[in-house]
Amino acid sequence: MGPLEITGAVRLVHGLITGILFGFILQKAQVTKYDKIVNFFRLTDLTVIKVMLAAILSGMVGVYFMHGVGLVNLHIKPTLVGANLIGGAIFGVGMLLLGFCPGTCAGAFGEGRLDGLLRGVLGILIGAGLYSEVYPFIQSNFLKMGDYGKLSIPALLGVDPWAVIVPSVVMLGGVLVWIDRKGL
Amino acid sequence: MNWLSRKEWPWWQAGLLLGILNVAVFYTANYYLSASTTFSRAAGMLVSLIAPAHVAANAYWQNVKPIVDWQFMLVLGVPVGAFLSARLGEQAVKFTCELPGLWVNRFGTNPARRWAIGLLGGILVGFGARLADGCTSGHGLSGGSQLAVSSWIFLAAMMLSGMIMARFIFRRA
Repeated sequence: MGPLEITGAVRLVHGLITGILFGFILQKAQVTKYDKIVNFFRLTDLTVIKVMLAAILSGMVGVYFMHGVGLVNLHIKPTLVGANLIGGAIFGVGMLLLGFCPGTCAGAFGEGRLDGLLRGVLGILIGAGLYSEVYPFIQSNFLKMGDYGKLSIPALLGVDPWAVIVPSVVMLGGVLVWIDRKGL
Repeated sequence: MNWLSRKEWPWWQAGLLLGILNVAVFYTANYYLSASTTFSRAAGMLVSLIAPAHVAANAYWQNVKPIVDWQFMLVLGVPVGAFLSARLGEQAVKFTCELPGLWVNRFGTNPARRWAIGLLGGILVGFGARLADGCTSGHGLSGGSQLAVSSWIFLAAMMLSGMIMARFIFRRA
């Protein structure tokens, strides 16, 4: 039981094939475009959030089902309230200015949009490099603010995961259908 | 095969496929869809060309080593997949530096302005993703699916800050 153990060169090829599928779906969803991403933040075209929510909800059901039957491990990132909050806020401003996130920026390049590649890949590399440089300072002064470890919403509430998944799918699924009907 | 050559898939089809792909990754790779750690690794590789000792001594790069791993290959695969999809759907793919329509409407055609604002945006995206320990893929798609508290904090903060910023930048006339 548990997930498959793929190692070595096969694992790298697996990553490449997964990336090709990932990029293919992102392009077909039309989210590898500056206008789509910026219009999401302007709330004039909600394609990005519709695709994301549909992916999150279907992934939620699949991952927790597979976890329930013992076929996958969860990989929950530690909750560091300060870092998650400030990092997320910085990311949101950057994503609006650039018009891409790391994955869609790579996808935009494949579509022929060098705009994403030039500013995006270069900028993200600089930003990631800068973080490594200031990491020792952030680690000792800020990173541990609001450290709750690997925490999930069901664990926080002390309930079974399905007590969160079922209402989430019903409510957020309803929101999705509603915004779709409104033509956004 | 008609389906593969459509220009666009409805949001629910694309979303469902992303969810299924992610579950498959959890099972086959014991990992999850994610992208931004690769940019830290790649930055480490580039800095290593000039100052290898500096990278070796850095606490972050000691954790996130400048190596090619599963996710690195994934990020390399994304443009290939997007190219195939665009090629099937729109026939010719032209590589141009053309600026996005919405950008031109708001900021004009000056490439230097796009460089300045786009590069600043990219730096914030790269820095923010590393500080939050994930991006729209690792936190958004994967962490969101796992109901991680960290990921839902990230998602809420990212959407709210982007929307507030959009209010300032794109004021409706």
